[in-house]
Amino acid sequence: MKIRLLYFAVLRDIAGKGEEVVELPEGTRAADVWNRLRAQHRALAGYERPPMTAINESYVPADQLLRDGDEVAFIPPVAGG
Amino acid sequence: MSHLTEAPIDSDDLVNRVMRPSDGACVVFEGVVRNHHEGKEVESIFYDAYRPMAEKEITKILDDIIVRFPLVRVAVQHRLGMLRVGEASIVIACASPHRGDAFDACRTVIDRFKQTVPIWKKERGPDGEEWVGWQK
Repeated sequence: MKIRLLYFAVLRDIAGKGEEVVELPEGTRAADVWNRLRAQHRALAGYERPPMTAINESYVPADQLLRDGDEVAFIPPVAGG
Repeated sequence: MSHLTEAPIDSDDLVNRVMRPSDGACVVFEGVVRNHHEGKEVESIFYDAYRPMAEKEITKILDDIIVRFPLVRVAVQHRLGMLRVGEASIVIACASPHRGDAFDACRTVIDRFKQTVPIWKKERGPDGEEWVGWQK
């Protein structure tokens, strides 16, 4: 399956891009995607727990199963206001 | 109307949008870029957002306000992009027949905003720049 992965704020800086489409096996959970990012980017290696996670613009638990076509975003600590 | 804007926020416009003849109070909260954070000098702040999700989360907050404070009418705008010291990053206007609900609603909006709305800020100063809240 394919998901669209969005990067914001510090994660955009670390990833060096705003979004990408990634191919993942069925059964992948949001937290698995986070661990994949940790493996790819040394700056994230120490972050065992994923930040808040959004799928299709809504907050979800990190163990949420992904479906083909999902838009996934990890939400670093928010700082609006 | 969008709750996010790259232009300076017009507080008077927000007040005009919420005030009705039956209102005896209007509380306006302005969040403003200050020149310091945790002992460091700040010159400007860059605000980033997950725009469609931020709009949804703001709408959820406003929907909850209507339930909790049925007599209050509220408008909110958050600014994105590069802001300098003294510029407003957020303006919340709450109008109500009486002041108590207007104060309480305004406080509730800003407190919840800071917890759930996917907006981030990168502070810039003479010592460099940093995404606020990200523990290295």
